[in-house]
Amino acid sequence: MKAKTRETLVAWGMVIPALLVISIIAFLPLFQTFYNSFFETGLRPDIEKEFVGFGNYVELFKDDRFQDALKNTIFFTVVSVILETIFGLLIAILVNQPFKMRGVVRAAMLIPWAIPTAISSQMWKWMFDPSSGILTKFLETLNIVEPGVPILAMPNSAMWAIIAVDVWKTTPFMALLILAGLQLIPEELYEAARIDGANIWQRFSKITLPMVQSTIGVALIFRTLDALRVFDVVFIMTRGSVNTETLAVYNRVLLMDRAFSGAWFGYGSALSVVIFMLISVFAVIYIRSLRIKLE
Amino acid sequence: MSVKTKRIIYKTVLTISVIFVLLWCIFPFYWAVVSSLKPNSELFDPNPTLWPKSPTFSNYVKVFQERPFHVNIWNSVVVSGITTIVTLIFGSFAGYAIARLHMKGKSFVMILILAVSMFPQISILGSLFVILRNMRLINTYLGLILPYVAITLPLTTWILQNFFRDLPKEIEEAAAIDGCSRTRTLFQIVFPMSAPGLVATGLLTFISAWNEFLFAFTFMQKPDYYTVPVAIAMFSGRTQYEQPWGQLMAAAVIVTVPLVVLVLIFQNRIIAGLSAGGVKG
Repeated sequence: MKAKTRETLVAWGMVIPALLVISIIAFLPLFQTFYNSFFETGLRPDIEKEFVGFGNYVELFKDDRFQDALKNTIFFTVVSVILETIFGLLIAILVNQPFKMRGVVRAAMLIPWAIPTAISSQMWKWMFDPSSGILTKFLETLNIVEPGVPILAMPNSAMWAIIAVDVWKTTPFMALLILAGLQLIPEELYEAARIDGANIWQRFSKITLPMVQSTIGVALIFRTLDALRVFDVVFIMTRGSVNTETLAVYNRVLLMDRAFSGAWFGYGSALSVVIFMLISVFAVIYIRSLRIKLE
Repeated sequence: MSVKTKRIIYKTVLTISVIFVLLWCIFPFYWAVVSSLKPNSELFDPNPTLWPKSPTFSNYVKVFQERPFHVNIWNSVVVSGITTIVTLIFGSFAGYAIARLHMKGKSFVMILILAVSMFPQISILGSLFVILRNMRLINTYLGLILPYVAITLPLTTWILQNFFRDLPKEIEEAAAIDGCSRTRTLFQIVFPMSAPGLVATGLLTFISAWNEFLFAFTFMQKPDYYTVPVAIAMFSGRTQYEQPWGQLMAAAVIVTVPLVVLVLIFQNRIIAGLSAGGVKG
């Protein structure tokens, strides 16, 4: 056998375990989800499986709860991603300045990211506790919320509380990613601009922004596709009540809670497909932005 | 404005912003620590103090006495530990083949693997549940390890692939000239040289498995099999309205402190690994 052919065989042998696992655990169930979305079916053995074509999809788009979940998901995604990007950029610029204890601050920024979302959601839920939560007291003192109003049980404030947790967790991380881009900007550019008399705003808009544009763009797409599938924080803070239910939370209700009592599994699968399609758009842009050329 | 005034304004703004960012990042964690040390009388005081007046460790004792939290920790350690080892083995094999060996369709394989990291977990949740149920893997460690390997493999393979690509090729070529086989080169030269990269990547894998909630919550349905995030999310007192917040915060602190320490030790490697996987490409 030629050496090259042998090497190719070895190479395929080495990628096969990885491909096998992701095929069984990711691609096979994805395929089945697509397939099941065309049937009326449940998870109890006695529920008959019946082909309904695109029936589930038609029903889904008439479903008020789906429409609300879609609105909530889009609202959550747009607001949190915008806030995370703006604060992320500001914090990145801040920790790029020379000052004492800069290392400590950069290290502290990893803490929100490292704490499991399920746990940080509970920490925040405690801070939002209606009677003894520290944040509730703080917001009451600032007259932002009325005393005695439970923040997580009110339709107007609950979603903002959830967004606050997400922004808290993700902004520092976003900042560290943008910081990596900032550090690539040569200091001479700023000096030259200063000598030419450019002010802070001009230096920011003419040098910093264009230089980190692509870093921000990629981080933004990645955060968007992550936010569109949000589950943990919503589920733990409100269980999807008071107008905070997102697509993923509703989908789990259909697939796991309702599918055992009625023929909801196919309907739930249709929603799974819709979420998949929605996120695919951003995933494709993201993967293309990585410009993978390995050959 | 004189240069000196400008300098003072800059310094002031900088200091205030830095303090704000530090508070922002640390306060929720600090508050969890403080709350876990407070006795119930202080905890539910309508005017909470910023530190415990009479600190007590009773919440830390109760969290193991009144519920099987040590079992939950053990479940998480086993599942995350085995996931990390398996993912590192599969990921480094795949990463090395993609980085170094002659193979057609490499980009396609890499994109196929990376695509999985973008799958919304919820989209495969239902069907995966059925598959695992048919394999009788619901409420087993294996039933959680398999999905975790699949969802952590993409980032691991990608980071390791970048890492292997940056190793000097000459060493492997010299080994080949000396008659060292591919497999031996891999195990005796490439992997030992990659130890720092493997450790950092392993830590990232461990953290994502340790933190995962949706799969654990769905595939582990008995409290004895709950992992830490599920146990903490499902924490309850005797009644729905009686949440034992002191115990909950103690539990949160117990499992967060080791994680935070690890992250602080490996911070530089983690940031490098994440930016390789997240942005640079």
